Amino acid sequence: MTVDKLLERVLYVDLDRRSFHVEQRPELFEEAIGGTGVAIRLLNEECPEGADPMGPDNPMIMTVGPMVGLYPLASKTVAMFKSPHTGNLGESHAGGRSAVALRMAGYGALVVRGISNMPVYLVINEQGVEFRDASALWGMRSSYTVGSVLREREAGSGLRSIMRIGRAGERGVTYACVITETFRHFGRLGLGTVWGNKGLKALVVHGKQSLPVADRRAYRRTYDDIFETLTESSLMQKYHELGTAMNVLPLNEMGALPTKNLQTARFEGAEAISGENLAEKYLGRRVACAHCPVACIHLATLRTPYPSEPYFYKTQMVGYDHEPIFATGSMLGLDEVNGMLTLLDEIEVQGLDAMSAGVSLAWATEMLERELISLDDTDGVAFTWGDAEAYIEGAQKIVTQPTDFYKALARGVDHASSIYGGQDAALAFGGNEMPGYHTGPGCHVGYLAGARHSHLDNAGYSVDQKVAQKGNGMTPSELAETLLEEERWRQVLTSLVICLFSRNVYDPDTVVRALEPLGFATTESELRDIGARILREKYAFKEREGFVMDDLRIPDRITQTISPLGHVDPAYVREALEAYRKGL
Amino acid sequence: MAKRLSVVDNDLCVGCQCCMFACARRFAEGGLAKSCIHVQSAGGIDKGFVVVVCRACPDPPCARVCPTDALLPREGGGVHLDHDECIGCGNCVEACPFGAIQWDGEQNKPRVCVYCGYCAPHCPYGVLALEELEEAPHDRG
Ligand code: SF4
Ligand code: SF4
Repeated sequence: MTVDKLLERVLYVDLDRRSFHVEQRPELFEEAIGGTGVAIRLLNEECPEGADPMGPDNPMIMTVGPMVGLYPLASKTVAMFKSPHTGNLGESHAGGRSAVALRMAGYGALVVRGISNMPVYLVINEQGVEFRDASALWGMRSSYTVGSVLREREAGSGLRSIMRIGRAGERGVTYACVITETFRHFGRLGLGTVWGNKGLKALVVHGKQSLPVADRRAYRRTYDDIFETLTESSLMQKYHELGTAMNVLPLNEMGALPTKNLQTARFEGAEAISGENLAEKYLGRRVACAHCPVACIHLATLRTPYPSEPYFYKTQMVGYDHEPIFATGSMLGLDEVNGMLTLLDEIEVQGLDAMSAGVSLAWATEMLERELISLDDTDGVAFTWGDAEAYIEGAQKIVTQPTDFYKALARGVDHASSIYGGQDAALAFGGNEMPGYHTGPGCHVGYLAGARHSHLDNAGYSVDQKVAQKGNGMTPSELAETLLEEERWRQVLTSLVICLFSRNVYDPDTVVRALEPLGFATTESELRDIGARILREKYAFKEREGFVMDDLRIPDRITQTISPLGHVDPAYVREALEAYRKGL
Repeated sequence: MAKRLSVVDNDLCVGCQCCMFACARRFAEGGLAKSCIHVQSAGGIDKGFVVVVCRACPDPPCARVCPTDALLPREGGGVHLDHDECIGCGNCVEACPFGAIQWDGEQNKPRVCVYCGYCAPHCPYGVLALEELEEAPHDRG
């Protein structure tokens, strides 16, 4: 493969010395494409064995790929780091303008080393890096304000990405997120915590380069083919109209929507929090990531009256998707939409991962019911299913940590349950709190085995749904092989940083065809080999850092609450995990 | 009749930048350096977007400030840029009240819409259309 000269530029930033330099690393991108593939290489280079995720040795890596700025929906940035949440591989993806901005600034990858002795934010553009004092932004109540201050102060409107953390990241909540363009997130595994620990409050990235191609005519033709397929496919309609929130009702109907800490998988309030109801009554605006015609980002209008003043309202936009709806809606028994949106808004303000925060609050509610914790532990907050106000207070206290209980909860349910009990109901997989699917064994094996313990690693939830439709089950090794194959191919897509929503448009054939005019001659089988290798490299890192498949905890709760495919059998799950490990 | 690109309705814009990339693709390349159209948020993404592109003024202020007459008024409105005459002074950028003249930092030259309409079908939400310049200039929206 050949690579363009801009992509192979790796920007190294040293926070200790406040210096930066650029290295041309063509071999990295030739062998590992970009995105996930390049990120795991850089992580291996930068992160010493056994590094403390909160120490100066933990690097922060961001990568983009060859198709960014050249094809639609090549719109993601991959972040890698050692996760303060799981103590192992940290990998989180986000869109917004982040990927296009990094590429347009002229870099294929960014490596941030060390720890700053004072809060800083960085401006990254074609000229390099400027270090700016962020001490006045540190401790600000709302992540929104940080965004608007930087928007006013910095150049590059329309071309820039403004990534920032909230107070959750400053205060060491291990599942703090990085927010980009106000409504997109590097949500999972604590990227925001790593930033906070580095004293890095924000990144402003912008640029405007041209990207020449090898075969100009073929490029335009292929672009238009892909663009047409994308805009005419049902994908476009599905994701544009209701967005990912379209999943709420079907999942509920099949009994797969985790509700009240997965005590059940059907939610009586599903109708209210459904994509349909939100679109009809609350949808205020739809927006897109850079270079994406789909525009799946749904913003609800939240109108809050001021208590002191009649007819005086505060009107805000709150982003919603299936996962945040599950985490703050069904999981907390919350079907009052304004309450749910206010909670989501507070989670944004604080800069928490909505999924881990929701699941943690759900677990705390059950613990209070079971009297494993008391109101003293919760600092007087009486968590009750459906009580938005209590959860809003809870989300704040996870950040301020007034009691030992909140200090524990700020590290997730795995950790908190190791102190307070209730492990059976602690819904974390490989240390990461669960996503919004209880479709059968496939999703759970997927969360457990997936390299980043995400539903997006291998889409086990979709395997379950296919099994349910066809009516014939899979053996554990068939399931493992299906998930593995998907996860391997997804390494290719996430190395090209193609949004996974377009995976059916960017099939292997199309990917090969799209790369050709850029000067990347490759084949499907070569790509699949690269994908398999990247997954092995990720797993090698995990194992180096102490990951053992056999040690994974299977939360009892997933075996007790019936799924659309019946009760999940832990022995089956173990067998599938073993097959997955061998298959690697 | 002269044509211009009209922004039908900013409120339909989702900020996808597909028009910006399309404009650069006229030169069969990726990236944004050569794009003549710009989309930015109206003070934060929650407030929506504004599409900024040459409006083909009947008496273009940008042409008046060009020291080398590289920007020539076009019959019916708008301008034509003569790249060879342009010395890259940037006066035109300052003069346009809409900020519709983009700057190509790589070439150190302005980028002004040529009213070709290539971007319009690449806007999935019908924000852009190529229209005939017929009506009296002062009645234009
Ligand atoms: S009409 Fe042509 S030159 Fe003008 S913005 Fe659209 S693509 Fe660019
Ligand atoms: S293509 Fe249309 S919707 Fe997208 S940014 Fe341009 S004008 Fe807005």
